[in-house]
Amino acid sequence: MEFFLQQTVNGLTLGSVYALLALGYSMVYGILKLLNFAHGEVYMFGAFAGYGVLTVLGGSSAPLVPIWLMILLMFVAAVVVSSTIGVALERFAYRPLRNSTRIAPLISAVGASFFLQAAALLLFTANSRSYDAPNLIAIQTGIPIGPIRVWMVRVMVIVTSAVLMILLTLWVNRTRTGKAVRAVSFDREAAAMMGIDVDKVIVITFLIGSALAGVGGVMVGLVFGRVFHLMGFVAGLKAFTAAVVGGIGSIPGAMFGGLLIGFAEAYTTGYISSTFQNLIVFALLVVVLLVRPRGLFGREELVKV
Amino acid sequence: MTDSTPLLKLSDINTFYGQIHILQDISMEIRSGELVCLLGGNASGKSTTLKTILGIVSPRSGTIEFDGADVTDKSTSFRIGQGMAIVPENRRLFAPMTVLENLEMGAYLRDDDHSEDLEQVYELFPLLADRKSQLAGTLSGGEQQMVAMGRALMSRPKLLLMDEPSMGLAPILVEQSFEIIQQVHQAGVSVLVVEQNANMALSIADHGYVLATGRIVLADTAEVLTEHEGLKKAYLGR
Ligand SMILES: Nc1ncnc2c1ncn2[C@@H]1O[C@H](COP(=O)(O)OP(=O)(O)OP(=O)(O)O)[C@@H](O)[C@H]1O
Ligand SMILES: [Mg+2]
Repeated sequence: MEFFLQQTVNGLTLGSVYALLALGYSMVYGILKLLNFAHGEVYMFGAFAGYGVLTVLGGSSAPLVPIWLMILLMFVAAVVVSSTIGVALERFAYRPLRNSTRIAPLISAVGASFFLQAAALLLFTANSRSYDAPNLIAIQTGIPIGPIRVWMVRVMVIVTSAVLMILLTLWVNRTRTGKAVRAVSFDREAAAMMGIDVDKVIVITFLIGSALAGVGGVMVGLVFGRVFHLMGFVAGLKAFTAAVVGGIGSIPGAMFGGLLIGFAEAYTTGYISSTFQNLIVFALLVVVLLVRPRGLFGREELVKV
Repeated sequence: MTDSTPLLKLSDINTFYGQIHILQDISMEIRSGELVCLLGGNASGKSTTLKTILGIVSPRSGTIEFDGADVTDKSTSFRIGQGMAIVPENRRLFAPMTVLENLEMGAYLRDDDHSEDLEQVYELFPLLADRKSQLAGTLSGGEQQMVAMGRALMSRPKLLLMDEPSMGLAPILVEQSFEIIQQVHQAGVSVLVVEQNANMALSIADHGYVLATGRIVLADTAEVLTEHEGLKKAYLGR
């Protein structure tokens, strides 16, 4: 029971991060029908931005500011860096190709992904860095849940992700701009005919998706410690899988898919072996797509009316 | 109702899709308070004219003036803000959004309270009030037409553009649609209605233009055009 609970908390933590990342893939796909290959790198840069703030402010062992402020500043830096990169990607890698063939922006996305990886290699070298989080937040502090104690950082990751996802859902369903995002996703020209500034809506979508990825990057650093220039690749692949499993383009789908992949990975690691974790995740993708080609939350394509 | 200032004026518009010359030297005007129809057969360039007026496509040459200002180089969003609105061809509702959300998208650029306009739309189409939470994609064709019209009216337009409102509707619904268009017109909105259904359109219009392969081939009052012997045969292919 204790072990099971532990794995469940692991799955929830991991799943929250995948969900945050999957949202970016799904929202961008929804609006541009583009797989933003460079999204994993946006997340990686967010993780490094957090590391940068941590280092400048004294590191985990001798922090110059209170821990809560430190963590807040790390998130803020990650949001700023990641959303800047995301918006720049849209502006320079995708927008110029918006009216060309569908494959062109995809190739541009792959190129941008390699470019950002190489840039990170130059900036941060190939060494992996550690947030050294146990030092930052005493590992013993945690909330007791039944027989286990849940490390504070995990509680924070899970709660923050949940809050962000609730806010995003409210935003997209209740606000004028959020509704405009849905309108543009469904029919860009009709949305323009309503006076919606389509370019602006696309920029906002990249901004939000990238900010969430940046937050995810810092979370991973806090929970798992290590950040390195290739960390966006596998995480990106899994988050993309989560988005597809959930039904790409669907916001609740991305959230659910992320959690599902997180649990699958945690239980596989816990009960089988971490060797099989990727195998299981991608097997899940294949099975879901065989049974429901549009993903779990993917709607039957609604005809444009 | 009608006064002499043109609300919309197109002068020598030439629009291309790539290399293909679609609109050729189109000039037309709609005066404030008028109901004008633009007739033409399939692929004659009717929708392209409306898209050019809205700025969805840009003309290679020519000017578009709206409400006394040159808007040729302005964005679609600017033009909508100045008082244009459209009921697009095939209605183009946001299918996964509710009826109410579709109507709200019509008022997207408005920062003021638009609850009164919503009430007016519900008054015009009482059925929509009951269906406001239904997804637009699940409505019948006639109901969708109501949402599309209501959505366009939510911006309180000065000029309402309508692209083939009769398309895909049963004759009785076509008649209802045209009655609504007349009501809207009588409430003071200038209207440009694009149609292949010449009889119906001419019966409510003040003026008409006839488009054939991208050129205006006839322009006259609705009475004269109604009397025109060869109109349908020569230009509308029926
Ligand atoms: N996006 C586009 N790219 C290239 N050609 C286009 C495009 N849109 C329209 N056309 C072409 O422009 C011409 C005029 O089209 P338009 O849609 O304006 O005709 P229409 O009069 O509205 O016809 P219909 O009655 O069938 O709606 C057609 O030959 C059409 O194929
Ligand atoms: Mg047309």
